[in-house]
Amino acid sequence: MTSETYTLSVNGNNYQVVDGHPSESLLWVLRERLELSGSKNACEEGECGSCTVLVDGKILCSCLILAETAVGREITTIEGLGSDAEISDVQKAFVDAGAVQCGFCTPGLIVTIEHLLKEDPNPDELTVREAISGNLCRCTGYGRILEAVRIASKNLTLQSKEEENQ
Amino acid sequence: MSGLQTVDTGTKGPRIGENAIRPDGIPKVKGEFIFSNDLRHPDMLWGGTLRSPHPSARIISVNTASALKMTGVYAVLTNEDLDGMPLYGLEHPDQPVLADGIVRYQGEPIAIVAADHPENVRLALEAIDVEYELIKPLSDSKLAQETEAIHPDGNLIREIDLIYGKSQGEGEITVEGTYEVGMQDQAPLGTESGMAVPSEDGGIDLFVSTQWLHADRDQVAACLNLPTEKVRLTLAGVGGAFGAREDISLHVHLCLLAMRTGKPIKMSYSRTESFHGHVHRHPAQMWYRHHAKSDGTLTRIEARLLLDGGAYASTSSAVLANATCFAAGPYRVPNVEIHGAVVRTNNPPCGAMRGFGCVQVCFAHEAQMDKLANALGMDPVELRLKNALRPGDQIITGQTITGTAPVAEVIETCAQHPSSVGSASKQMELPGGAGRTADPKNIVRGEAIAVGFKNLMFSEGFDDFSTASCQLLDGVATITCACAEVGQGFVTLAQQIAREILGVEEVILAPASTATVGSAGSTSASRQTWMSGGAVKSACEEVRIRLLSRIAESHELDVESLVMVDGGVASLSSDFFIDLKEATSEPIEVEEVYRHIPTFPLNENGQGDAHVSFAFSAHRAVVDVDQELGLVKVVELITSQDVGRVLNPLQLQGQLEGGAAQGLGLAVLEEINVVDGRILNPSFTDYLLPTALDMPPVEIAALIEQPEPNAPFGAKGVGEPPAISSTAAIASAVRNATGLELQRVPIRPTDIVFPEKIDND
Repeated sequence: MTSETYTLSVNGNNYQVVDGHPSESLLWVLRERLELSGSKNACEEGECGSCTVLVDGKILCSCLILAETAVGREITTIEGLGSDAEISDVQKAFVDAGAVQCGFCTPGLIVTIEHLLKEDPNPDELTVREAISGNLCRCTGYGRILEAVRIASKNLTLQSKEEENQ
Repeated sequence: MSGLQTVDTGTKGPRIGENAIRPDGIPKVKGEFIFSNDLRHPDMLWGGTLRSPHPSARIISVNTASALKMTGVYAVLTNEDLDGMPLYGLEHPDQPVLADGIVRYQGEPIAIVAADHPENVRLALEAIDVEYELIKPLSDSKLAQETEAIHPDGNLIREIDLIYGKSQGEGEITVEGTYEVGMQDQAPLGTESGMAVPSEDGGIDLFVSTQWLHADRDQVAACLNLPTEKVRLTLAGVGGAFGAREDISLHVHLCLLAMRTGKPIKMSYSRTESFHGHVHRHPAQMWYRHHAKSDGTLTRIEARLLLDGGAYASTSSAVLANATCFAAGPYRVPNVEIHGAVVRTNNPPCGAMRGFGCVQVCFAHEAQMDKLANALGMDPVELRLKNALRPGDQIITGQTITGTAPVAEVIETCAQHPSSVGSASKQMELPGGAGRTADPKNIVRGEAIAVGFKNLMFSEGFDDFSTASCQLLDGVATITCACAEVGQGFVTLAQQIAREILGVEEVILAPASTATVGSAGSTSASRQTWMSGGAVKSACEEVRIRLLSRIAESHELDVESLVMVDGGVASLSSDFFIDLKEATSEPIEVEEVYRHIPTFPLNENGQGDAHVSFAFSAHRAVVDVDQELGLVKVVELITSQDVGRVLNPLQLQGQLEGGAAQGLGLAVLEEINVVDGRILNPSFTDYLLPTALDMPPVEIAALIEQPEPNAPFGAKGVGEPPAISSTAAIASAVRNATGLELQRVPIRPTDIVFPEKIDND
């Protein structure tokens, strides 16, 4: 194997990847080398969305891209959402709405939904369904997840109205 | 009962009946929850499994020499390296830990490897040289009983002849049909994974995702030839289960490699390996003949059921018992004759999956009820109501229903609930969805109802119990129970129970482990709310009794006058109050074992009081079908369910929606395609799970709350019924839309577009 050293910027931190192999996916490097195991590996062929991350603000399945192609880009994983003190509106809505059961799909869905609500803070249901249709959930049947999006969207809309009024 | 509330996040922890949020919810949304495949150890090696590419073959030789010499490889083990029990199995041991001279299904493990990197594991597995002599696989379950045995235990795993009433009872109307159910996968998102760590006492610690720690422990210990106390299993975070984790998979392999290398071993199946590495839902072939009077009264049912068990027994015996006992559906019928058999083939082994046995027959008996209604010119709802089981009726095993049976209630509420969907207004909502293929002119709508039922807990005389302990110290309750939390929310319920009974706020759940507490039984058969809920309740109640006695004694009070109130203990006859923290500065700890009422084996006629309790559900489906392309869009699902009592509305709703999604999958999407014993689609690209665009809203018409006698808090398990009647309702709605017979699920596009061709196959 050829060994390489490169740097990835994840959640605002720079990580040196030492002895990396060019064939390693971003998901593998995140999980096994950087020990950021919040991104999940349910299929590793881009079907389930459990490994969804943001790369330069775009949602991607981290299993489908080679880690080295993300050099020089800003990667955001589930660990980079919310803050240490407080979880994000979407994360809180997931807990409160009962959108979490086994939780394996949860990080990928939350990354997808954070991205959706940033683009469209008040999406209609069909838009939400389409946006999350690349994220498989085997436990919930999606009902409580859609409810979580409704709650988060409502809170975000209220917050932005408050900001406008100030 | 619909319109469930969102969570009240007040400061007081939720009690029984209130919306409670998961204690593991925040770690899960932050990505901090550790699942079994997130485990790591600085000194760990990776394990891997060499599997047979052939469904049936003799193994001439296995040469591991070159694999052993490779960089980073620490161990390569085969059947010759085993010194314990070489076979395992949940109901009886018939499955080799590693193949012994023969492979009976595609994916059967032959050798295992430990190496320093998964890539080196992969290379070593490729370097193992196996010489096979191929055998023509037995892939047709119908031929199993007349073909040479593929296993020393024979090709018949179990057979039940159920005879109830008389071998007569022909009514004026007879309808007949044959039905088929394909092989469904549980597809939990977390694949099989875990870590084994050798311990200094010569034993092993295994951290693994499973449904039943103690049953795994016993099988692992036997295979390792270790006493059970030296094999300690601890539950690692479980990414869903649905039956896929009731049997052991990589457990023994992990331990063998850890003991051989002296190092921690991690294994994590890929999705493809997962498809080969766990059992599936039994494919079923069913023939039915229903007899009824012209007023719709059922007079007799005859049926023949054939389940394909695949190469090994797994839980086939229990699955067949369910299929047979519940074959008639939730209806009164005086005369019944059913032959059920589950056979061995060289197909992938089948076993537990949500609603086991009942899912398959529900599809058939509900199709028959529709056919009967049609032949009688009767409304299908009216026909079902006319024959619906009531409390005090006998089911077809001769067992009298002594508990609740609100069958008519689930049917009526489900049938009467108003539909809230209009016609599809956007292309995305049409069959084909994102593919934008449907021409609205060719779309027909259909609607239908189906009813199902199932036993709760383990049946047929099994000694079914759960163990839990409760410790109360400094006002904090700690619950220890080996119940596997697989996503269903037992952790939430255990906290609610402790709060309800002890008036505490803080409830800690100790890790689920075989090292600290007795068995909780399996997280399956809709049993943990009742069984482990019952054990936690008993332990908390006994703690309460002891606490009140202790206070009564030390404060010279009448124990009868003392009551638990929020945060403390008060007297009804004086102004005495003691803070709970103060009252429990000395701990009180109690362990309790909870058992349900005894059940009994089925006799030679399939008769007996084999079951504990029954749960009923109804689904109504609305579908749009593109007749030209054979695509189905399920537009709406309405459901009513017999739940006994609602313990946590939020989690209950999640079970109803999630179960219905799995039922939808079996109806129109999900099938493991097996040809000549080989799986054609072991990936999420080719095995289609319902997405958010496939799944319609689930309207809860009614949650029927009739407290079940003997059930803790009166609650019935709720996990399985949603996966039972949903499939049948959707299939029936597609029939209603198209006028086709559709005798098979999943319904494939070709079944709709070329029905003649399929019927002639």
